[in-house]
Amino acid sequence: MLSESRRRGTRVLAGIMLACAVHAQASEPAHSSINLSPGVTTVSQAIYDLHMYTLWVCVAIGVVVFGVMFWSIFAHRKSKGAVASSFHESTSLEIAWTIAPFLILLTFAAPATNTLLSIYDADEAELDVMITGYQWKWKYEYLDQGVAFFSSLSTPRESWDTIGVQQVPPRGENYLLEVDEPLVLPAGKKVRFLVTAADVIHSWWVPQLGVKKDAIPGFINETWTRVERTGTYRGQCAELCGKDHGFMPIVVEVVDEQQFASWLGERRARAEQERVLAAQTLTMDELMQRGEAVYTRSCAACHQPNGEGVPPAFPALKGSAIATGPLEQHLDIVLNGKAGTAMAAFAAQLGHADLAAVITYERNAWGNDTGDMVQPSDVARFEQSE
Amino acid sequence: MAADHHGPAKGIGRWLFTTNHKDIGTMYLWFSFTMFIVGGLFALVIRTELFQPGLQFVKPEFFNQMTTMHGLVMVFGAIMPAWVGLANWMIPLMIGAPDMALPRMNNWSFWILPFAFAMLVATLFSEAGAPNFGWTFYAPLSTAYAPSSVTFFIFGVHLMGMSSIMGAINVIATIINMRAPGMTYMKMPMFVWTWLITAFLLIAVMPVLAGVVTMMLFDIHFGTSFFSAAGGGDPVLFQHVFWFFGHPEVYIMILPAFGVISEVLPTFARKPLFGYTSMVYATASIAFLSFIVWAHHMFTVGMPIAGELFFMYATMLIAVPTGVKVFNWVTTMFRGSLSFETPMLFAIAFIVLFTIGGFSGIMLAMAPLDFQYHDTYFVVAHFHYVLVQGALFSIYCGVYYWLPKWTGHMYDETLSKAHFWLTFIGVNLAFFPMHFVGLAGMPRRIPDYALQFADFNMLSSIGAYVTGFSQLIFLYVVIRCIRGGRPATDRVWEASHGLEWSVPSPAPYHTFAIPPQVR
Repeated sequence: MLSESRRRGTRVLAGIMLACAVHAQASEPAHSSINLSPGVTTVSQAIYDLHMYTLWVCVAIGVVVFGVMFWSIFAHRKSKGAVASSFHESTSLEIAWTIAPFLILLTFAAPATNTLLSIYDADEAELDVMITGYQWKWKYEYLDQGVAFFSSLSTPRESWDTIGVQQVPPRGENYLLEVDEPLVLPAGKKVRFLVTAADVIHSWWVPQLGVKKDAIPGFINETWTRVERTGTYRGQCAELCGKDHGFMPIVVEVVDEQQFASWLGERRARAEQERVLAAQTLTMDELMQRGEAVYTRSCAACHQPNGEGVPPAFPALKGSAIATGPLEQHLDIVLNGKAGTAMAAFAAQLGHADLAAVITYERNAWGNDTGDMVQPSDVARFEQSE
Repeated sequence: MAADHHGPAKGIGRWLFTTNHKDIGTMYLWFSFTMFIVGGLFALVIRTELFQPGLQFVKPEFFNQMTTMHGLVMVFGAIMPAWVGLANWMIPLMIGAPDMALPRMNNWSFWILPFAFAMLVATLFSEAGAPNFGWTFYAPLSTAYAPSSVTFFIFGVHLMGMSSIMGAINVIATIINMRAPGMTYMKMPMFVWTWLITAFLLIAVMPVLAGVVTMMLFDIHFGTSFFSAAGGGDPVLFQHVFWFFGHPEVYIMILPAFGVISEVLPTFARKPLFGYTSMVYATASIAFLSFIVWAHHMFTVGMPIAGELFFMYATMLIAVPTGVKVFNWVTTMFRGSLSFETPMLFAIAFIVLFTIGGFSGIMLAMAPLDFQYHDTYFVVAHFHYVLVQGALFSIYCGVYYWLPKWTGHMYDETLSKAHFWLTFIGVNLAFFPMHFVGLAGMPRRIPDYALQFADFNMLSSIGAYVTGFSQLIFLYVVIRCIRGGRPATDRVWEASHGLEWSVPSPAPYHTFAIPPQVR
């Protein structure tokens, strides 16, 4: 009776396991995966090899240990009339199964040490990139190259913020793993990453590079990569960093050396344009248009696209005392942030033109209609007066 | 007998003012189960949101509150109080003592807990919302960037810590001073041994937890900068102090489990525990090692390579004594005469599934591999295998094992087996696919995910629901067993061993007023 029900239970279990396996295989082609990626760098490959070695050794140990156990369950059951032995100690066995695992562990430790040493060797890099984590985007700064920019999620909000939405827009292949400005790297060059954060701890992780490093405010961590193969590699922030932790992906685009040089040139030209723009006087329409774009990129995650915020953590701007009150205060809080809250100092993140535009936008959108116009030169003057 | 004319007080006063180890044990266990249900509901909110891609039910800010509260409630509200409850009930019975050594303090350590958790759970209804920085509450997300409810959280943790420290002092005082004549240390039941070691771990690290939350409190309200680089502090200091508490903490939750399994296996294998002495030494070694491995939770913070190597080697060493325990258990079963009552089913499942959690633990111990696993669902799978299929399974194992002694009735064997099998299927369905999504690159603590993770997440959510609802069967079985059922004999199990089986079933309100003589 008892053994019958047990046998039935085992069959059901086996069926479920099989279903899982079949299910995993069926979804495999649609780029689902059940394992680490070997990646595209020597480091990621070394990690993958060690991972597989450890996994198979564990499986082998499991087969032996569980094998003995299931044999006992099968052969030494009371219902089959088994009579218990009374042996209960053996010093030599205890010593054997203390030493054997230790020796197996040595075979793990040796390659692990080697791989770790190579991961820690960030010397002789040919390019330095400073990576700064912000709530909730990344800043990439090509040191000594005069190029710096922010990289944030480009999956449209409508396709993920779908609470209470009936018709969800179709989701693309790289849903939540796509950004507006990827990190562009030259193939075959050793790139050193200097990783830090501006607010809370983030963690920069691209599985196919085998790189994960915490971004810690006030400290700079160092790591490196060298990717031979051109292509696009995707990752995500790995350390819980607040509300939109799940929405700050990383995209690395590896291009050949020539393309990289021309890309750098393009970025420098764009930076120059920004400087020119900051010296100009803009019309209300220009400011509002630019302001809306900046707001969507930099402010809407907290203060919401409709300006109503998520009080109390993220106050509303619509009809707020700051956005409709004295301009000085508004400039101050946007440029310098507010200590003890999530409000960052945007002077470090945005250019004068963008700051002027977004403040103008906030003072005139959602019925705030103050009619105020802020010019890039106003922002510059405010900064100097501080 | 003393028990006949000095029974429990009547009414609510019995529970409020009791100093009886059995009453207090019972309250701990009910409190733990209540918290388990609450924490389980939080988990179901998480799994419901993760059932498919996109946000459907909760916003990211509430999702973060759920992951935080789920972790805190399960660790501090469900697992730890369950162990203290079992310790209260069983340690005096197992060592032949009339009660715990410090009965009045025992009452206080329990009654602090409902207030601590009321304070913590109440934050859900505050304007700022509950803590949302993860159960590991890394600064500065938990300090400068925290919701104002963080202060309630800090005081809640202080209260839980006081309760745990007093509980631990009580366990140590009881075991050292109140063993029956003839019960030498090396004759103590394994559950008593593992709890003695656990209690020392608690006393050593709960003050460290109190310290770290106090440093947070000062950073938030009194202008210090322990964890802020701008003031000369260091956010990584937080992690060092937290994990100096946190790693021994995970052994606090699993060592008593080793004890329960070591009690249950010999009973249903009808054969003495293999390698008792090495089991004691292995437990002590694990406890010692638990103090020098904390930074393996922090391999990616940018430690110097010497630190990485030290913590990697030390962590890998833990596999040795843990392996010894597993080998001893399997050898205990080998050539026994096995029967498969519900406690035994949970014990066998524990050994298999905890070992799987151990395997992923070895993989995580290797720093270069951890760079890929760290903060992914692979870690979530690992610690649920050791804490759910490990700690929780062994708690169920112990409860079914001793329930007839507590209530005087046998529980319903069929229903309890249904509970076991549904839970077994549920947790594996919930947690095994997490290994896959983790390796494939899904970070933990995210409310929405890329499309390639969709299938396995759906499977995990289904598993979570099966697990969640199966626990209602357990509740039903326990209530039915309290109300009635086939009377249990004093020995309850054919091959039971130890002093707790020498008293009547149900165990009278007062036991061992006259200490028994051990051999």
